[in-house]
Amino acid sequence: MWSRLVWLGLRAPLGGRQGFTSKADPQGSGRITAQVIEHLERLALVDFGSCEAVARLEKAIAFADRLRAVDTDGVEPMESVLEDRCLYLRSDNVVEGNCADELLQNSHRVVEEYFVAPPGNISLAKLDEQEPFPHS
Amino acid sequence: MAAPMLRWVGRGRRWTFARVDGGSCHRREAPTGSTSNRIRGRSSVAQQPLYTTQKPRKGEHKWAAVVGLEIHAQISSNSKLFSGSQVRFSAPPNSLVSFFDASLPGTLPVLNRRCVEAAVMTGLALNCHINKKSLFDRKHYFYADLPAGYQITQQRLPIAVNGSLTYGVCAGKKQSQVIPKTVRIKQIQLEQDSGKSLHDDLRSQTLIDLNRAGVGLLEVVLEPDLSCGEEAATAVRELQLILQALGTSQANMAEGQLRVDANISVHHPGEPLGVRTEVKNLNSIRFLAKAIDYEIQRQINELENGGEILNETRSFHYQLGCTMSMRDKEGKQDYRFMPEPNLPPLVLYDATSLPAGADPQQVINIDQIRETLPELPSVTRERLVQQYGMLLEHSFTLLNEVGLLEFFQNVMKETRAEPKKVTSWVLNTFLGYLKQQNLAVSESPVTPSALAELLDMLDSRTISSAAAKQVFEELWKREGKTPGQIVSEKQLELMEDRGALEQLCHSMMEAHPQVVMDLKKGNPRAINKLIGLVRKATQSRADPAMIKEILEKKLSS
Repeated sequence: MWSRLVWLGLRAPLGGRQGFTSKADPQGSGRITAQVIEHLERLALVDFGSCEAVARLEKAIAFADRLRAVDTDGVEPMESVLEDRCLYLRSDNVVEGNCADELLQNSHRVVEEYFVAPPGNISLAKLDEQEPFPHS
Repeated sequence: MAAPMLRWVGRGRRWTFARVDGGSCHRREAPTGSTSNRIRGRSSVAQQPLYTTQKPRKGEHKWAAVVGLEIHAQISSNSKLFSGSQVRFSAPPNSLVSFFDASLPGTLPVLNRRCVEAAVMTGLALNCHINKKSLFDRKHYFYADLPAGYQITQQRLPIAVNGSLTYGVCAGKKQSQVIPKTVRIKQIQLEQDSGKSLHDDLRSQTLIDLNRAGVGLLEVVLEPDLSCGEEAATAVRELQLILQALGTSQANMAEGQLRVDANISVHHPGEPLGVRTEVKNLNSIRFLAKAIDYEIQRQINELENGGEILNETRSFHYQLGCTMSMRDKEGKQDYRFMPEPNLPPLVLYDATSLPAGADPQQVINIDQIRETLPELPSVTRERLVQQYGMLLEHSFTLLNEVGLLEFFQNVMKETRAEPKKVTSWVLNTFLGYLKQQNLAVSESPVTPSALAELLDMLDSRTISSAAAKQVFEELWKREGKTPGQIVSEKQLELMEDRGALEQLCHSMMEAHPQVVMDLKKGNPRAINKLIGLVRKATQSRADPAMIKEILEKKLSS
């Protein structure tokens, strides 16, 4: 788990998040706060194990920020590099499947043709306390 | 410092955890001044969606509930939304899974044409505007039954928007009036289903079956126009009927083909909306209504007692009849939506915009689909009313019961009795027997032909209506006899001999002079007693109307 260090002098222009429902906006521009890192770690299940990793993140954001130098007034944003392509429509026929054995080989643990996963709902912050989980 | 750890973070179906600092739920102040703690049982009549406390004082605040539904319907198709593996309800675990469904690297989504057609049909049937261009997005969250770590859905620009669903709520005395109501449809979008997880608490593990992963879903989002459990249940039932009529989904809630999540909040009319909770795990229409009504009442109770409502997810426990928190302490989830980079926009055409010489397999023509829409339930009901002269509420009953309409139409085909008679027998007698023994139409011991034969005999006055009921009861015993056989065995034919009947009436009158005296004194109801006696004597073989006529003639002479 990333241990919180005090950031001294590590400033980088922090680009605003582009996207849909960005919930944790950084407090002002400038630095990536501990809050943001924690939030990202939970969302992406990535461990920012060191300050070097966070520094790299800040550099990556700075790199992408250079896009702001481009004047995009009156230009429709691109949706994807495929946006002018035709979306291929497949006929509704069954052509795949029936490869359970092959797929299950990928799994570390298997029980009677089911994949085995750890039980759900272990909150990141609480390592010792296990909450009972709801049944789906 | 630990090595990077992956932690499974769990949730119930379609709810995820994640901690977002300072959840965005707005808190509602508890109403002051109201000291009444007892809440009167709710009224289930849809005309009154307001809830009041037990002792309403002048100017007492009423509560209004707001219910929004998110309905997921599994598309009825041979293969999945983005892959060619089969869609089937039960199969050996992980046997209906392709490499894409298991999210193996290097696989790409390929859109199933049938699913798009199903979405367009549903959108048209629900009066939606079909977006000629719609986009696919990725919705990210972690759960073991979502192998890719994201679900492909349509968040920015769904395939259909701004529709309406009209349903009929029973009201009035004896619930016989049908009041049409409408709920607006915010949008309809295509999205992937997730796999199934089986929790094995004993061994502290979860078993994952991906057969369902990738199956196409239609998510229908209703605006919060509903105000109680009954309205919600009726609206969902109507949607079920529409989807089944279109063939786009079998919409069987028990098999998980139709899933409903409800967003519920309460407020005082005129004030801003309250904090809403989300209720999940509703797998039948009956529980849907129960859960919503329970949650509304719970919120009212909580607020009246000075508590507050948390913006959380709750699960309905049908054995206890209550909703319980799913312990969502983490607040709202950030799904980090992004455009699906592997899918171009979905473009639909109509008759005017259809490009010339286009491959018909590769284009979807909205106008063509509109022309081939099958008859919708509301149109069917109208037609029944026009064609058979039945009341609107009868047509609702006919459509609401699985298989009943077909049964009715089969009887109509074979009998020459009047439609009104048939309607009455099917909806009252036949349906009554079914309900009493909790049977489905398909399990009925009485076939349409048998009922048709019985009604023919009634129509030709071969038997009286009382006798007909007797015959029906015999038929229900499943002894394999036809109505004709039962009638002759039990000698239930109507007495043809008027002379014999007149004699019987005469002797009955002689045997009960007191009743005759009553009648002559001017008590008209005493005649019923006489009629009853004569009927018993004839073993229900005489027409009561004729008996009455003869008796009256005798009395006046």
